[in-house]
Amino acid sequence: MGFTLFYLGVLVLLPIGGMLFRVFEMTWSDFWRLATTPRALAAYRLSFGASFLAAMINAVFGTLLAWVLVRYQFPGKKWVDALVDVPFALPTAVAGLTLANLFSPNGWLGHFLVPLGIKGAYTQLGVVLALVFVSLPFAVRTLQPVLEHMEREVEEAAATLGAGRLRTFATVIIPSLLPAILTGFALSFARALGEYGSVIFISSNMQYKTEIAPLLIVSLLEQFEYSAAMTIAVVLLVVSIVLLAAINLLERWASHFQR
Amino acid sequence: MAGLIARPPRGATHKSQRGSEETPLIKWSLITVALGFVGVFLVLPLVNVFYQALQNGIGFYINSIKEPDTFSAIQLTLLMTFIVVPMNVVFGITAAWAVAKFDFRGKAFLITLIDLPFAISPVVAGLMFVVWFGRQGFLGDWLDAHDLKIIFAVPGMVLVTMFVTSPFVARELIPLMQANGTEQEQAALTLGANGWQTFWHVTLPSSKWGLLYGIILCNARAMGEFGAVSIVSGAIAGQTETLPLRVDKLFHSATAAAGVAAFAVASLLVLLALLTLAIKSYLEWRTEHAEAVAQIESPKLNNSHEH
Repeated sequence: MGFTLFYLGVLVLLPIGGMLFRVFEMTWSDFWRLATTPRALAAYRLSFGASFLAAMINAVFGTLLAWVLVRYQFPGKKWVDALVDVPFALPTAVAGLTLANLFSPNGWLGHFLVPLGIKGAYTQLGVVLALVFVSLPFAVRTLQPVLEHMEREVEEAAATLGAGRLRTFATVIIPSLLPAILTGFALSFARALGEYGSVIFISSNMQYKTEIAPLLIVSLLEQFEYSAAMTIAVVLLVVSIVLLAAINLLERWASHFQR
Repeated sequence: MAGLIARPPRGATHKSQRGSEETPLIKWSLITVALGFVGVFLVLPLVNVFYQALQNGIGFYINSIKEPDTFSAIQLTLLMTFIVVPMNVVFGITAAWAVAKFDFRGKAFLITLIDLPFAISPVVAGLMFVVWFGRQGFLGDWLDAHDLKIIFAVPGMVLVTMFVTSPFVARELIPLMQANGTEQEQAALTLGANGWQTFWHVTLPSSKWGLLYGIILCNARAMGEFGAVSIVSGAIAGQTETLPLRVDKLFHSATAAAGVAAFAVASLLVLLALLTLAIKSYLEWRTEHAEAVAQIESPKLNNSHEH
């Protein structure tokens, strides 16, 4: 118990406290000025927008994948199930490296997509692609256990009462999965917002265009703009903590829903 | 959860499910779309790494890995993992034990605190340690005076990696230890075992698979962490470069050969990831198997654990 508190205190609380302390040394107007420079605003917009899009894409495909993995039998299912965890296990730098290569004009996918005008590498689209990759498992893995424990009797009852499969899906299945889908969405979003490694490989990292907020922190730091870097970091930190609280609430709601 | 046990045998459910199943056409199109997504997004990137790594031949591949700076990056990555993982295992076990077996005020806060490093961007995490140990940090002057280097050196990299990977073991163990309950421990204590004996002979064995699972995940992340480490490392070749940082440096060198070498180094990390997944799948299979056996042997006992 004592060791746990000591470890958490030294490793987590002290660093967070230290950074907040440094930011509290600034005046409010300085903080506001540094937090809302046009370059910072552009970076937030990209970070939040791309993370939101990635979380949406994962909510759709993650739900589909979880559904297929839980409800259907097909050859190679175990392999697909194991593959879902690839983004957890693969270092993000490697993910960024190979995705950038795949979507570049000479890559296996870019070769076909770039002539069609779909440029995945070194664009904002690339940022979204990298974020979809790194946050996919959250959507699938949150939904899977819920789907497994969902009682099929309810669906059968709906069918017996004359509901078509589509109607059952829309009025019975989706509502009972919604808390889990939302939790998965929030987890994906939180992960995508903080992601750095994979994005810097696939993005051209240009100010105002393809620069995500974590990258802005790094470039400010490299220019020795400590206060500015810490300001952006505190903004991200506060958002992360709010998201974590929201996820905890969602999870409580979801488990309440199941009982 | 109670439905899990009350469920009729497999064959029986299948027949009665007609009304709650999709037509084969819809079913197979859903499977195709899902598999297509997995193929493009998860399989293709992995295959691509090996293809790119080997495009200059196997000789070039082996030379890229034997190159001194890459070799020292392998050593540093292993060294850091050997420090970080054991630390976080000890932390994870004690934290999970405290949360699962005892009741105290502020427990919810403690759990949130354990989770926090997952929610924080690795870049922000790295920066937090610069605030303390960097040249202009709180301890900067003191460290300078004593000729100690933490930022742009291995100790800082170890610290941030410890931060980033600290939740893994604890997160795996907490639900497991909570589900196991405290009855067995109480029995052991009643029979005269002391706290340590109870822990070693009762608590730990019953959660060993979860522990292993946590270690595997912690290990994978520790070896692959990029964002946080890149902030505090300075990426000095041969000194503070881990494998992911080495990939980054090679990728950003101008020559085509370095680009191929980047993929060669990356392929090592892919192999590591695949090994991680293999062990993880095996552990999952083990636990499911154990659960199935336990449920057949003592359905009543299991039932009492469901709330």
